[in-house]
Amino acid sequence: MAKEKVYATPNIVTPNRPVIFDSKICNGCNRCVAICLMDVLIPNPKKGKPPIIMYPDECWYDGCCVLECPKSGAIKMNHPLMQRVRFKRKDTGEHFRV
Amino acid sequence: MQSIEWPYPIRYQKESEVRTDVLVLGGGVAGCFAAINAAKKGTMVIMVEKGATIRSGAGGAGCDHWVHTPNPSSNITAEELVAYELESNGGYCNGLSRYIAARESYDTLLELEKMGAKIRDTEDEFKGADFRDEKTKFLFAYDYANKVHFRVWGTTFKPALYKECKRLGVKIYDRTMATSLLTKGGCQGDRVVGATGLNIRTGEFIIFKAKATINCLSRHQRNFVFSSELRGLSSFRPPNIVGDGHAMAWRAGAAFTMMEKTSPTTFGSGYSFPSYGSGNPYNTWFPCTMVDAYGKEIPWVDRDGRILTNVSERSRPAPGQKFLGERSLAYNYKKPQLIPDLEERINRGEFTLPLYADLTAMPGDEKRAIWGLMVGEEGKTKVPILQVYTEAGFDSNKDLLQGYQFIRGDQMSEVGHPKERTTGEIADAGGLLIDWDLRTTLEGLYAAGDALFASNYYYHAATTGRYAGRKAAEYARNAEKPIIDKKQVKNEKARVYAPIKRKNGIEWKELNAGICRVMQNYCSEPKNEELMKIGSLWLRDIEENEVMKASADNPHKLMRTLEVMDILTCSQMVIHASLARKASSTFLNFLRLDYPLLDPPEWRKWITIKLTNGEVDIGELPIGFWGSLEENYEAHCGLP
Repeated sequence: MAKEKVYATPNIVTPNRPVIFDSKICNGCNRCVAICLMDVLIPNPKKGKPPIIMYPDECWYDGCCVLECPKSGAIKMNHPLMQRVRFKRKDTGEHFRV
Repeated sequence: MQSIEWPYPIRYQKESEVRTDVLVLGGGVAGCFAAINAAKKGTMVIMVEKGATIRSGAGGAGCDHWVHTPNPSSNITAEELVAYELESNGGYCNGLSRYIAARESYDTLLELEKMGAKIRDTEDEFKGADFRDEKTKFLFAYDYANKVHFRVWGTTFKPALYKECKRLGVKIYDRTMATSLLTKGGCQGDRVVGATGLNIRTGEFIIFKAKATINCLSRHQRNFVFSSELRGLSSFRPPNIVGDGHAMAWRAGAAFTMMEKTSPTTFGSGYSFPSYGSGNPYNTWFPCTMVDAYGKEIPWVDRDGRILTNVSERSRPAPGQKFLGERSLAYNYKKPQLIPDLEERINRGEFTLPLYADLTAMPGDEKRAIWGLMVGEEGKTKVPILQVYTEAGFDSNKDLLQGYQFIRGDQMSEVGHPKERTTGEIADAGGLLIDWDLRTTLEGLYAAGDALFASNYYYHAATTGRYAGRKAAEYARNAEKPIIDKKQVKNEKARVYAPIKRKNGIEWKELNAGICRVMQNYCSEPKNEELMKIGSLWLRDIEENEVMKASADNPHKLMRTLEVMDILTCSQMVIHASLARKASSTFLNFLRLDYPLLDPPEWRKWITIKLTNGEVDIGELPIGFWGSLEENYEAHCGLP
């Protein structure tokens, strides 16, 4: 096996992925870039590709990027781990999480 | 994250000048209504917005309730509503703006409907429901007998407002941060003749010359709590609401009041969960049934402690009670609630944590109203809660949503550290002092929405915006031509661009966190003269040292840095006002160790603060300074 190089990298900011783009559905129209009130996203230098999440730690999680997206399923909201809530099925008592 | 070349053209220092009759700063709910109503008066209107108007502001993502609105289905009057709000706040409430709001909010709502927004159950989804008025198809909340709080489809509002602004020819400058007000001769306290703006993508500088200016820039926030790590930026209102408008009006010499009021942390804590996204029986989720870990239902009681036996009673006044307030601790208006000694009963073992919201136990219409309408139309719920939770498998017909009350972390009844403070995030915060024209103490400067002291929710922002738009347009019609002071513009440009000229200085996030630490330590609770003087010194130290070294390497970070400079200014305003009030007050959440007496009669008054020739100028006003509500409204409203 070829020896893999190891790099020194800075820590990433938290939270880091407020939204997840599906590059198969997203056509890079940048509607979400135009909508976001915090200006979290910037257009991808490669035309037709999903925007770059440049300032993920500034996201307000209002979901307007998803609400206004013309391609259903192109953007998914992704609550940070410490923001995930639990629920329980009443009949069976089974536990679930968001 | 790799660095990539800035995607927008860089135009630092480049200057353009535009002129208008009416300049609206802030394109949120109040701003849009102000712009629309000024334009309807035939004046030329420019609106400046930091985000993108179609979905920006605290109400951009949606709204579930349109409260405090007398209407043909209700017997409650505007006078009764203001009386309830004054009583609930011990008089520390903006009687003037809330009266305007109560008088016109029904017309405002109908105006919104004409623009294409949805305000009634036109599809008959809730036909026959307990909370529906069958004739008008309006849906009501909280008090089904008195019908003064509407349930609305608020996700449709902001796009409708945006479209109407465009239709009326309002010229919108999106992605533009207003940075300062321009005054006649550049003098503090003189007539406002426009504002300066910064394009937050290109860094271009814009001079707006205006006969009248309306401040719709909301209020201060992020003064006490700032953390992106704990839950994402922890603010109830959008994090880009920081008090830009307060800071620039302060520098221009406008007077403010109630700036000493802060609140215990609720929405602002880093340990809460997504808004409206955990099980609770409040507000958007009112009146949801709550059960304990073993499914045992938590009883509801009315204001007298009488146990309520069915769901319908939770939304009706107690025997002898006139009507239910939207949020009031006053006996006369208190809503039904969960048993008040719940925590003790949990501690005794009668109920077991965690608690859950049990939508399955709610009657069908109530269940669909909470999960689908309220959670769905309220801002930050349609995608973040309704869609994301449904995709995760949550089914309102089968599942119990966990609540975090009495553990740590909810959004409505969180058990926070008693000394932890916040400001600007819930309904009542300090702001601009205004008269019956919604004019500030400066000629040419009007204000609406959360820029006003002791403002209120969506209905209030919309209605005061509508009123201020009218009044500013009337003024602009006969106002003198605005003349810009070149030196004032030059100084502002130097201030705005300073951070881009520095390298490797402190960045905005640490600056913000540092200011918050000072405020939490020296101006939270309890307060005294010594603590607040140290707080003042600390803020001045930061202003003279760290701020002077702050750096920003692109227009976005420049905007964030300028925001934090405004946060610093607003924090100083809070300390000035807190030092000036030498008494404690229950209603202002204000506790001074050196003046512990609560609400002594000689301190039942408003403290006002402003800058005169660069010095802090303290004043006072009697509680009811607005005089007769009805007479003054009739004399000033400008309606036939």
